[in-house]
Amino acid sequence: MTDNGVLIETKGLKKNFGELEVLKGIDVQIKKGEVVVVIGPSGSGKSTFLRCLNRLEEPTGGSVIFEGQDICAAGVDLNALRQKMGMVFQQFNLFNHLTILENITIGPMLVKKESQAEAEQTAMRLLGRIGLADKAKEYPSRLSGGQKQRIAIVRALAMGPDVMLFDEPTSALDPEMVGEVLSVMQDLAEEGRTMVVVTHEMGFAQKVASRVLFMDEGQILEEGTPDQIFNHPRSPRTKDFLSKVLDVI
Amino acid sequence: MNIWEIFVNYYDYFLRGTRTTILISLITVFFGFLLGCLIALLRLSKNRLLRGFAGIYITVLRGTPLLVQLYIVYYQLDFIPFPKTTVLDVALDRALPCAIALSMNSAAYVAEVIRAGIQAVDIGQTEAARSLGMTGGQTMLRIILPQAIKNILPAIGNEFVTMIKETSVIQYLGVSDLMYNNGIAASGTYNPLPCYYISGIIYLILNLVAGKGVSIFERRLKRSDR
Repeated sequence: MTDNGVLIETKGLKKNFGELEVLKGIDVQIKKGEVVVVIGPSGSGKSTFLRCLNRLEEPTGGSVIFEGQDICAAGVDLNALRQKMGMVFQQFNLFNHLTILENITIGPMLVKKESQAEAEQTAMRLLGRIGLADKAKEYPSRLSGGQKQRIAIVRALAMGPDVMLFDEPTSALDPEMVGEVLSVMQDLAEEGRTMVVVTHEMGFAQKVASRVLFMDEGQILEEGTPDQIFNHPRSPRTKDFLSKVLDVI
Repeated sequence: MNIWEIFVNYYDYFLRGTRTTILISLITVFFGFLLGCLIALLRLSKNRLLRGFAGIYITVLRGTPLLVQLYIVYYQLDFIPFPKTTVLDVALDRALPCAIALSMNSAAYVAEVIRAGIQAVDIGQTEAARSLGMTGGQTMLRIILPQAIKNILPAIGNEFVTMIKETSVIQYLGVSDLMYNNGIAASGTYNPLPCYYISGIIYLILNLVAGKGVSIFERRLKRSDR
């Protein structure tokens, strides 16, 4: 990590899908301990931006620097870098053929070469924290969406990552399960974890974010504290978006 | 002679033919599966040449009759000095080219089944595994294949059952399988119809047993995802 506390930096990050320009040059710095929440309309490139950070999507141009290393550079040990970037998906993506405990331990055992006892101890401690220790021997198919997503968060945490990336973690959940997932995320934020969260949960953004990025059409139109973005938006596009999403209630 | 008398008089032919059919089927299924896995991996490879080769292999082997393939392999490989010995009254210099042709044919179907099974596993599983820092190989072995096998197995079972029936073409190369010996009984008795009934029943029994075996194996696998 560089001295100024910057954990992730993107410079002119671009991504095209064929003719379509999804990201048109994103420059962002994410500092250690920050909770950066990315909001914006569907199709604005939020998820693509997040997925470029650990190269699940291959950037078309620009660079992503993580802990001082360009993750797109030739010969970079991508798997070693990915260990330090936990990722949580909209569709949970728990491994369906493994028990909850195995879901959480497979990463540390396979990638970090932890012993089974060590990995299971960490897993049980983390499961205890989210109140799901009794589900350790169950298979994912037996869990509710909210439980699955909390397990997915724990699975990423078990690797001891330096940053957590959340890709619309509550968008696939029934409304009554959104709260349990957000509260786990809020706990993590309060612990001082570095987080990048793509979400439509404006309440979460207002309450938990240290910085909010508003994206539209592949660009960051506006960024600032939650107060700046939600109460004093400057861009008309931001105002328009917020009026639509906040008036729903 | 009625069907029972034919069976009593010729049961030795039918049983030895059945033994050959079973042996050839097992060999075909085994090597067809191994070769099929290899072709499937080539088909899913990032290398365009390998992928193209596998595509052509599958297209050709599925697009031509097995009997044609059998003759081509038999005559094409006549430079190989297969042993002239006989094992369980099967002439190896004829049986081995048959096993090769059948395995190659089976592999094409197996490869497509495996490819489809692997691609049916949600891409999110791969993304989750890779985002934990697993390598491509670890992801395939520990995450994708264990889930793909549940898609693949029922179809592979069908392929095995099909193969048992398809082996009957090897009679044309004079390998004494069930259908070849059926011919001996038919011409010996001048009464072919009962012979075909007997053979038909034997094939049916073989396939019922094979099908049962596959479904038991499937049930074992399902235990992990109640």
